[in-house]
Amino acid sequence: MNDMKLAEKAVRMSEAKISARDVNVFYGDTHAIKDVSVDIADRTVTAFIGPSGCGKSTFLRCLNRMNDTIDIARVEGEIRIDGQDIYDPSIDPVQLRAKVGMVFQKPNPFPKSIYDNVAYGPKIHGLARSKADLDEIVERALRRGALWEEAKDRLHQPGTGLSGGQQQRLCIARAVATEPEVLLMDEPCSALDPIATAQVEELIDDLRKNYSVVIVTHSMQQAARVSQKTAFFHLGNLVEFGETGQIFTNPKDRRTESYITGRIG
Amino acid sequence: MTETTPTRGIDWASPETSSRLKARRRRQNRLKYAGMVSIGIAFLMLGILLVSIISSGYSAFVQTHVEIDVFFDPEAIDVDDLPRSNFNAVLAATMQAQFPEVEGTAELRRLTGILSDGARWTIRDLIVENPDLVGETVAVSVPVADTYDQLYKGFIDRETPEQFRRLDDAQIAYFDRLVEEGRVEATFNWALFFNADSRFPELAGLKGAIIGSFYALATCFVLSFPVGIGAAIYLEEFAPRNRFSDLIEVNINNLAAVPSVVFGLLALAVFLGWFGMPRSSPFVGGMTLALMTLPTIIIATRAALKAVPPSIREAALGVGASRHQVVFQHVLPLAMPGILTGTIIGLAQALGETAPLLLIGMNAFITSAPATPFDSSTALPTQIFIWADSPERGFVSRTSAAIMVLLGFLVMMNAVAIYLRNRFQRTW
Ligand SMILES: Nc1ncnc2c1ncn2[C@@H]1O[C@H](COP(=O)(O)OP(=O)(O)OP(=O)(O)O)[C@@H](O)[C@H]1O
Ligand SMILES: [Mg+2]
Repeated sequence: MNDMKLAEKAVRMSEAKISARDVNVFYGDTHAIKDVSVDIADRTVTAFIGPSGCGKSTFLRCLNRMNDTIDIARVEGEIRIDGQDIYDPSIDPVQLRAKVGMVFQKPNPFPKSIYDNVAYGPKIHGLARSKADLDEIVERALRRGALWEEAKDRLHQPGTGLSGGQQQRLCIARAVATEPEVLLMDEPCSALDPIATAQVEELIDDLRKNYSVVIVTHSMQQAARVSQKTAFFHLGNLVEFGETGQIFTNPKDRRTESYITGRIG
Repeated sequence: MTETTPTRGIDWASPETSSRLKARRRRQNRLKYAGMVSIGIAFLMLGILLVSIISSGYSAFVQTHVEIDVFFDPEAIDVDDLPRSNFNAVLAATMQAQFPEVEGTAELRRLTGILSDGARWTIRDLIVENPDLVGETVAVSVPVADTYDQLYKGFIDRETPEQFRRLDDAQIAYFDRLVEEGRVEATFNWALFFNADSRFPELAGLKGAIIGSFYALATCFVLSFPVGIGAAIYLEEFAPRNRFSDLIEVNINNLAAVPSVVFGLLALAVFLGWFGMPRSSPFVGGMTLALMTLPTIIIATRAALKAVPPSIREAALGVGASRHQVVFQHVLPLAMPGILTGTIIGLAQALGETAPLLLIGMNAFITSAPATPFDSSTALPTQIFIWADSPERGFVSRTSAAIMVLLGFLVMMNAVAIYLRNRFQRTW
């Protein structure tokens, strides 16, 4: 049985980091995601675009089982990460979320110090062997989050005392501190000014070297700037998925075209 | 090509508009004045309450004492057998020495009646402390009996005809002579806080009631705080939402509205009846109060847990915290100030609760403070109840004084609650 799993894994591993097949999501009677199948590659940035309420966040939250926390949400279909079905009963969602990090739309640092914010994940997963080790993890995460220079002198001040953009970068640092393999970002820049946005985008580009990044965005320009692949959602359907360049310059579906040119949404 | 919607010209200066504006302003003012009047009425009521309590209770904080030169007569006092020593005789002799002209046992007894009944315990305590005093003469300050206390405080009208007065002319004359000699003095009534209950108002104090209330509240806290928080956490964070949990929720809310006397009856039947726990004990009182405080704490805790923004839970879940880590490491600490505030308010309610304590016998007449939570005792509200029922003039002011002490404790507890709320309030 183990062998079978391994064999299957090898096949799936060949191209996709995450592969979703016929995913349907219901909120009570609302059918929010309809038969979505998609393969998300490793070490790429994939952008989810689409009009408001089309299910981008819902689908994103399926990928780390955040929807489990919503009582009325029901997920059907199959989602595999590295060939492993993440909705399999043997999978611990807690472990999964350490591997699939998430950054939310609104910066939500813990009301603790900057240091504790970043150190929390590594601590609960036992990633640090010593205090010095933990210090190093925190520093590396903050550097990755492009916050180290601003935060190094105030590590023990509350994270909630930072500016909005700094808070969002703190949340990114917190998410990367557990060394996830996939990073999900739900409109990470919607609360940020252009300068902070540019910093976060730079960061995303940097993160691509190690992670598979999925970003939901309402900004076409942002999707075009940071992503290699783009998925366009409309009314719960995945309408089109492909190379970012192709989606923006030569969309195959009329709905995609209308959306990018600003006629729907 | 495009149609333009014509704008309707509105004349903001027209008479109709300005009269409408005036009417609106009038309505707003009416509301404002109605609000001010209701606040005024509320304050007036509170003012009347406080004035009446303070005006009748302030005098209990002072107690009249008289200084007498006590000769510790070796004839009457046997250091090795204090219970048999005749301290009354010592006091009588002391008064006789003070008023040599008084003759006859009956008249002497009336004279000695100026002193509180507790005077003999005062001098006995002196002997216990220092047996060498026997044979000496020492100036001792002892409380005067309640009627004389009232006289000195001016509550007995000397103009009233003698037969309608509680003290006759001779008694007043004796007392006045002591006053003239500068032996009478009104001092702060420490006995009110450091004595237990007594039949004699001048000796009665709240020590037993305060300690009883303290034990009862401590028991109540120890029982209801962990259980209440545990129940609230389970219901709010872990329990599945279904009919059954809805039923529990409705019942807890109803429980908070059950009249306290019902809890008293329950405690009487269960704690005292079935389990045979000690009657009148603060421990049983605390258990009864815990039944009442529990729903308050559960409701306050659930509200505090609910008030923690979901973004914090998501953040914690997002880095891979388990549900119980989310609750205990993030949600609970943030909800703690709210939980504590609710708990203190629940305990303050319990502190003032009378009916259930009456039913389990905490209105017994007990003249010593409880040493443990299992001894018989009164509590502050039941002590007030007992004193309010006593006919002596001195207990009237002591009742009000006890109410002031109880209110003082309540104000202190609420102040702590407000402090906690302000100190730890967060904005997100
Ligand atoms: N917790 C929920 N309960 C019920 N319905 C929900 C819930 N969350 C989302 N929905 C519904 O699911 C659909 C998809 O919502 P989703 O949040 O995924 O949209 P979105 O594409 O992220 O929109 P936006 O761009 O505005 O964030 C919407 O119709 C929404 O009303
Ligand atoms: Mg969304």
